[in-house]
Amino acid sequence: MSTTANTDSRSRGKAPAGERVADWADGRLGIYSLAKANMRKIFPDHWSFMLGEICLYSFIIIILTGVYLTLFFHPSMNEVEYHGSYVPMQGQLMSEAYKSTLDISFDVRGGLLIRQIHHWAAIIFLAGMFVHMMRVFFTGAFRKPREINWLFGFLLFVLGMFTGFTGYSLPDDLLSGTGVRFTQGAILSVPIVGTYISMFLFGGEFPGDDFVARFYSIHILLLPGIMLGLVVGHLILVFYHKHTQFAGPGRTNKNVVGMPLLPVYMAKAGGFFFLVFGVIALVAGIATVNPIWALGPYRADQVSTGAQPDWYMGFAEGLVRAMPGWEINLWGHTLVLGVFIPLVIFGLFLALIAVYPFIESWVTGDKREHHILDRPRNAPTRTAFGVAWITAYMIMLIGGGNDIVATHFHLSINAVTWFVRIGFFAGPVIAFIVTKRICLGLQRRDKDKVLHGRESGIIKRLPHGEFIEVHEPLSQEHMYTLTAHEQYKPAEIGPTVDENGVERKAKSSEKLRAKLSNAYYGEGNQIPKPTVEEYREITSGHGHH
Amino acid sequence: MKKLSARRRHPLAALVVLLLALACTGGLYAVFAPADKAQADETAQSLAIEEGKKLYAVGCASCHGTGGQGTTDGPSLVGVGAAAVDFQVGTGRMPAQQPGAQVPRKKVIYSQAEIDQLAAYVASLGAGPAVPSEEKYGPEGADIAKGGELFRTNCAQCHNFTGKGGALTHGKYAPTLEDVDPKHIYQAMQTGPQNMPSFPDTTLSEQNKKDIIAYLNAVNGEETESPGGLSLGGLGPVTEGLFGWIFGLGACIAVAVWVAARTAKAKKS
Repeated sequence: MSTTANTDSRSRGKAPAGERVADWADGRLGIYSLAKANMRKIFPDHWSFMLGEICLYSFIIIILTGVYLTLFFHPSMNEVEYHGSYVPMQGQLMSEAYKSTLDISFDVRGGLLIRQIHHWAAIIFLAGMFVHMMRVFFTGAFRKPREINWLFGFLLFVLGMFTGFTGYSLPDDLLSGTGVRFTQGAILSVPIVGTYISMFLFGGEFPGDDFVARFYSIHILLLPGIMLGLVVGHLILVFYHKHTQFAGPGRTNKNVVGMPLLPVYMAKAGGFFFLVFGVIALVAGIATVNPIWALGPYRADQVSTGAQPDWYMGFAEGLVRAMPGWEINLWGHTLVLGVFIPLVIFGLFLALIAVYPFIESWVTGDKREHHILDRPRNAPTRTAFGVAWITAYMIMLIGGGNDIVATHFHLSINAVTWFVRIGFFAGPVIAFIVTKRICLGLQRRDKDKVLHGRESGIIKRLPHGEFIEVHEPLSQEHMYTLTAHEQYKPAEIGPTVDENGVERKAKSSEKLRAKLSNAYYGEGNQIPKPTVEEYREITSGHGHH
Repeated sequence: MKKLSARRRHPLAALVVLLLALACTGGLYAVFAPADKAQADETAQSLAIEEGKKLYAVGCASCHGTGGQGTTDGPSLVGVGAAAVDFQVGTGRMPAQQPGAQVPRKKVIYSQAEIDQLAAYVASLGAGPAVPSEEKYGPEGADIAKGGELFRTNCAQCHNFTGKGGALTHGKYAPTLEDVDPKHIYQAMQTGPQNMPSFPDTTLSEQNKKDIIAYLNAVNGEETESPGGLSLGGLGPVTEGLFGWIFGLGACIAVAVWVAARTAKAKKS
């Protein structure tokens, strides 16, 4: 092929340089066929589909700034005396890690800005992943075929939490040291293996002189490496599955309506990268994050009040702060339930949202592919579950900052803690019920709108004196959008008598499924959407009001 | 000597002796007599105590008892010293407005002269720490870095890394140390007001106290620079997270909405 191309170009004179470079690359990488298959990939337009992009771009920003920081950071716990330019630390003994972070902040050109961009981008990255995950959850985008991608995303969130935590611990300042101590306490609370893991991780007793170097390789190599792989996998799967879209006229489970990747989305996404970078740089230029110079070097005999982890670990902090300090002493061994139970709940609570797609597909028994998104109101039980989960999460965040809440709202910290303890159990239940009611109300409203049209606000007086409000019928497209969702029927326990008349015992899992399914789709748990007959009858003039 | 004895009958001899005697007695009197000024001071002191007692009877006696012996509503003031009065009244905490978990800092309602009189009265009830002189809490000769280390060891667990304050149990709290007069910080360390433990000179030496005050002034004073931009209250990750969510992610999402709204399709319609 290359020979023909050569002869062609010779006959037409020399091809433009760009084309020659592209040809050269194609002969070796096969980019033409790749580009042909993917350049016209369609992406639907919706702002909420760009939440994932915010995460991707902040991740890239974190990597770029992180590389710069590694040039100046010394991951060592050797004790040195400070003689840099920050006066209130002159002559203090500190680890080299803390000293080099002070140097990055005060003596490296652009160091403080880059450090702040890195840290703010991490906070925004995690927040972005949280919101992105909730968008996917509430629109049901996790359904087949995207369950694995949901898990990839979930893993990214969890790994992001730990990457953030290890990074936050690196400067070896008094705040992060307290956080590491907290984590070590959580590890120690694990029965039997806890002490071994702690000794292994810290190379002996806490704090030792190893953990900064170890956290450093975890923070810059191990976790980001895995995350990078997962991000690539996540994106490949997005390409492979094609993007989901909201229901609407012309949009089916088999097509995607939107703009092509090239040139429209490439330009938009490229521009959006710089916008996100700009926003993060602006935030980093305006507001301080983690002013380690004010916190002092870590010493195991010092501690400060108001010691919290970054927000994404805040709910774990809240679990520990809210938990009563129970412990059991057995045969000379202490089981610290006050820390161990929160540690277990921490894992289970995260796992709950991760396995939800599998629970839902088991309840519905639906094994079909879904590329059309649900409106949250049309899946009331799922939406209510999600809101309940977020409620518990947020209440624990309040618990994690209970002292700040207490001092700034002039409350008793004990009252805040009790609110959190009760709220952790009662809040999700209330949120579940309220959300479900709201969803059903919105479904009724949609039904009303389809059958009776939109309230126009025009009051008309009929000849015989009656006042009526004029309802304007919706457009065809609008009506389609409001009725495009499908509604499941609750699953039933199959016949308990087989074809030979022999009684069969229904398995308990079957019974549970039927019960759950009824809670999801039974009477009163979803509003039957308007049928064509209902619509005809109302619009035909009989019984119209 | 002969000369002197020869003139002892001189008519002026008596005058010279008289003058010498007068000078001697005058000089001796000047040396040994009780100082006039001290006497004046003592009168001023007793006057201040007198005045202080009157102020005390009006503003303090209902809780602390008529003789400062304390009641169920307020602790005994015997032996708390002038420094405690100067701190409590000088920061507006006393007289207390209402009982509660903790008496908050508020507008000062006595003049400094009245506070001094009150302090004199309370100091007269029993020996206690006196109001420190300015060189004790002034910035001269203080080691800021050492003060930081001392602050993190002794104070930060309640008052936060740079003295922004923190919560204690049941509605009590360690107040922020921002805009607190160095004198009052010194007195607080000396006397341990309300829920704070006291740090007498045997625990934290005068130099230590000076260092701590200098450190606070360096990191939480009026002229403290915030090299990273807005300090967000200096409260750590809680406010940072809130700021990141609202302004960081909020701005990113606002931009996303703006970008998504500006498509080829939007232009067409």
